[in-house]
Amino acid sequence: MVLEVSGLRKTFGETVAVEDLSFGVRRGEILGLLGVNGAGKTTAMNMILGLTEPTSGSVRAFGMAMPGNRTAILRRCNFCSAYAPLPSNLLVWQNLLVFSLIYGVRRRRARTTALMELFEIAHLKDRVTGQLSSGEATRVNLCKSLLNSPELLMLDEPTASLDPDIADKVRKTLRRVQREEGVAMLYTSHNMRDIEEVCDRVIFIHHGRVVAEGTPAEVVENSEHASLEEMFIELARSGGGG
Amino acid sequence: MHFQVLAGLVLRHVLLYSRNAIRLIELVFWPAVDLLVWGFLTLFLKENTTGSFPHFITFLIGAMIFWDVLFRAQQGLAISFLEDVWTRNLLNVFVAPVRPVDYVVATALVGMLRVGVTLVVLTILAWVAYAFRLWEFHLMLLPFFANLLLFGWSLGIVSVSLILRWGQAAESLGWAVPFLVQPVSAVFYPVSVLPGWLQPVALALPSTHVFEGMRAVLAGQSSVWGEMAAATGLNVICLALAAWLFAVTLRGARKRGLLVKIATQ
Repeated sequence: MVLEVSGLRKTFGETVAVEDLSFGVRRGEILGLLGVNGAGKTTAMNMILGLTEPTSGSVRAFGMAMPGNRTAILRRCNFCSAYAPLPSNLLVWQNLLVFSLIYGVRRRRARTTALMELFEIAHLKDRVTGQLSSGEATRVNLCKSLLNSPELLMLDEPTASLDPDIADKVRKTLRRVQREEGVAMLYTSHNMRDIEEVCDRVIFIHHGRVVAEGTPAEVVENSEHASLEEMFIELARSGGGG
Repeated sequence: MHFQVLAGLVLRHVLLYSRNAIRLIELVFWPAVDLLVWGFLTLFLKENTTGSFPHFITFLIGAMIFWDVLFRAQQGLAISFLEDVWTRNLLNVFVAPVRPVDYVVATALVGMLRVGVTLVVLTILAWVAYAFRLWEFHLMLLPFFANLLLFGWSLGIVSVSLILRWGQAAESLGWAVPFLVQPVSAVFYPVSVLPGWLQPVALALPSTHVFEGMRAVLAGQSSVWGEMAAATGLNVICLALAAWLFAVTLRGARKRGLLVKIATQ
């Protein structure tokens, strides 16, 4: 296991954001974290990343406890979110250089070039990051998230705001990276196509609790729904949507 | 301390300045305007007053330059942090293997660079406009200069802590904090001018001892060791208190989810 989450709980005052959340991510596995808005996915991811302190429970990555070994763990992880863009006032290559230094990447130029080619954005290296389209910016952000060849990659809605063509390319590239580099991924998305196509296993969270777990096909089979999307919509309309 | 992490964090800000010349103007425009206004006012007073003002212009221009060292050092931390808030980059930094101490040291180094640029410009301007040669004064000014940097960093850490606690609503504190201590730091006048009840407050600040010491040095006195020791001792206490405040605030921000809120708002 590269990541073990056990009995994770987070409350903000009277509000319970995450309740008794336990799961693990195996090496090279892509685990989807599903749930309607406000279900607790992002809070869970923030606790795993050490951005938010859990009320109780524990997070261990690579056998080390968070937050005691925060820096050592984060050196082997990376993160990409549609809601955490790279500094808009730097050029693309400048952003990648800055983060390759922060992550202690060796052979920075070669790694950066290879990733930009992988995501088909080599031609954007001299562009101002803030002037990129959302599809281009997402791919630059994904390059950043793979700079340190992470063993665990956390992706928070990476295909949000992408057109179907770019979203498809991103999904395929992520699958390729997983196969070639053996990266484990924790993947949150509202796009059920993403989940079905990318994830090996999914966890459905509702009101901060796990309500279903398994491969996407198993989750659908064990529910009374025809698809993940139908299950998602029913949960959202049953009062969990935000 | 990891050198590459520091290099990355500092480079992010250096690249920002190198890409945009207008940002360099921000570093020199206000200090230059202040220096010119105060300098010419001082010249006017000197020429139109019958009393004795042996070191008046020297004191005021020296104070102006030294105040800017303190202000720029504080700004280095506060504005670098705000820059990460404004560009929503804070999340990327805090999920990277960056320890809080790395972040604070990197922003302090950015502050030093800002101070360096401002200092060079002001020194040249003071020389050209008022024949004030900072470099001709005693080397004794250097330890006072270092003490101002340290106090500026303490104030910067306090500013960052307040923004962390109160979010972007507290953004103006990024500029305001140094001005809270300015009236009692005896920047442009000696401590003795302050009312008796306020003097202990003034003497509890390292900046007061720096400005008192600076005036003594500029007046040609050499016995400024007491002021220097007081400034250094108080700086150690201030830095420790600021670091404690930052650690407590960061812990609180992680507990309440404020770090994510600030980073994504």
